[in-house]
Amino acid sequence: MKTIKKYFFRDIPSAMGTIISLGIILFMIIGPAATKYDPLEVDMGAKLVAPGASHIFGTDEMGRDLFSRLAYGSWYSMGTALAVVLLAAAFGIVAGGIAGYAGGWFDNVLMRICDVFLSFPQIFLAMIIAAAIGAGIGPTIFALAVSWWPNYARMVRGMVIVIKEKLYVESAKSIGMHPVRIIFRIIIPQTMSMVIPQITMGIGNALIAASGFSFIGLGAQMPTPEWGAMISQGSRYVFNAPYYVVIPGIFIFLSVLGFSLLGDSLQEATNPELKNI
Amino acid sequence: MELLFDICHVSKYYSAKSGAFSLDHRVVKAVDDISFQIYKGETIGIVGESGCGKTTLGKLILHLFEPTTGEVLFQGQDILKLKGKGLRKFRKHAQIVYQDPYTSLNPRMKIGDIIGEPLKIQKLGNKDEIKEKAYEMLKVVGLAKDFYTKYPFECSGGQRQRVGIARALILKPELIVCDEAVSALDVSTQSQIINLLQDIQKEFGVTYLFISHGLSVVRHVCNRVIVMYLGQVVEMADCEELYKNPLHPYSQALFSAIPIPDPEADINRIMLEGDVPNPVNAPKGCAFHTRCKYAVEKCREIRPELCDAGDGHKVSCHLHI
Repeated sequence: MKTIKKYFFRDIPSAMGTIISLGIILFMIIGPAATKYDPLEVDMGAKLVAPGASHIFGTDEMGRDLFSRLAYGSWYSMGTALAVVLLAAAFGIVAGGIAGYAGGWFDNVLMRICDVFLSFPQIFLAMIIAAAIGAGIGPTIFALAVSWWPNYARMVRGMVIVIKEKLYVESAKSIGMHPVRIIFRIIIPQTMSMVIPQITMGIGNALIAASGFSFIGLGAQMPTPEWGAMISQGSRYVFNAPYYVVIPGIFIFLSVLGFSLLGDSLQEATNPELKNI
Repeated sequence: MELLFDICHVSKYYSAKSGAFSLDHRVVKAVDDISFQIYKGETIGIVGESGCGKTTLGKLILHLFEPTTGEVLFQGQDILKLKGKGLRKFRKHAQIVYQDPYTSLNPRMKIGDIIGEPLKIQKLGNKDEIKEKAYEMLKVVGLAKDFYTKYPFECSGGQRQRVGIARALILKPELIVCDEAVSALDVSTQSQIINLLQDIQKEFGVTYLFISHGLSVVRHVCNRVIVMYLGQVVEMADCEELYKNPLHPYSQALFSAIPIPDPEADINRIMLEGDVPNPVNAPKGCAFHTRCKYAVEKCREIRPELCDAGDGHKVSCHLHI
């Protein structure tokens, strides 16, 4: 109980983050089951129906139920965000971990590559990559992950450089442990206290980026019920059907807020000295 | 006595370069051309002030660092050239106990797993055998059985140091390097750990390389003592002989600094002037000449060799050649 309080209910923002994030996850699980409408089913007789008894969040210009599109779309949006963050983190952790431990020319080469990536605005770099390889959810995930891994690589490298000087790492060496095992069994688990909060916060950022991609037409394509794509489509009807834009917007807003607050809370719990940075 | 390790002209230099494009070609000679022998069953003390290269030397003998030059012969092979599997096999024969018991244990592992891990890595025995041996080691170092499932943060400094000793001992090594193994502990715990180390030596016949700056502790446990200054051996002799009759001016100053627990005693402390020279530009000739009151012209020009001054008492000083 104490641990749960420490990580998830530290203070009001932290509790808000936990509750909102849980709410989003709950919506992802229950939402698709709770609706009777197919998210892709066109019903031209019920175009742009305002929120009400038959359609709680209303319908879009093709008569598709917005609640059901948001519910199914949560899997596309959150799934994209999660995939981006996990891919970027996995690659970043491995690359940063090896660079930090090995040092020397490998470290130099890898960090200069990171510098190249970080010298572009990241969303811009991702857009160039996505534009080059084509639109869709897969390319979006790839493009965003490619532009984000240097953040994780640099963070993990920095931590590894500190941890590898600890005596218990040398003592692992002194009993004959293989260097690869030292990196993955001893050093990387120690970095998780910083990486997990970063991943949690990263979900929010990735969600904004992925939705942004869909909004400008690079990500998920209509009629895929992705939140960003829905806002993009709905923006044409913003005056006569404002709910069409506002409701997906609120979902994006809440998800980003929730996961960012949760990430902050985890970070404070694992690194109290970072609190005021 | 049986020769265990033969250390021949071992050196470790660090570059003073500050980056890939730095033009600084100076080197720090952390360990500079040191040779000595370790015999089975003895306890060798290495003393000297902070930064003189004691720890670096100890870790070089275990091949935890890559040497710049030199060889360390063990069972007829140069262990400093070992790599991969050969090096892993050598690890069985020599272990280390660290100075700081707070950073030398992995905070995420249970005590039992920390102690048993060397066997796991060396693939000596299955899970149950390893567990049994870890319990046995807990008993040897005087820790209760329930420590097996505790984490390092639940233990005191002395208990952690016992865990460190148990981990080093479980492989039944011939040599254990005690890198200031007791200096982080308070005095009563120190004596417990020292007694434990001596009991273990009697029981298992291990050899210790005892790195310390606690001169009284060294006198208590060691058979032979090496005095180091700026990465070099300045004097090497049997323990009692060295404490009674230090020949090198640095050793004389060092041993005169041992506190005598008697307020009436006549203390003739030799006070050294100046600081230890910066090892980046170590002085030419004898490393100690900048602080030596006996220094003559020759000391500033020629580095003295380590020579036998009688009965195996070796000293590197022009005054005694």
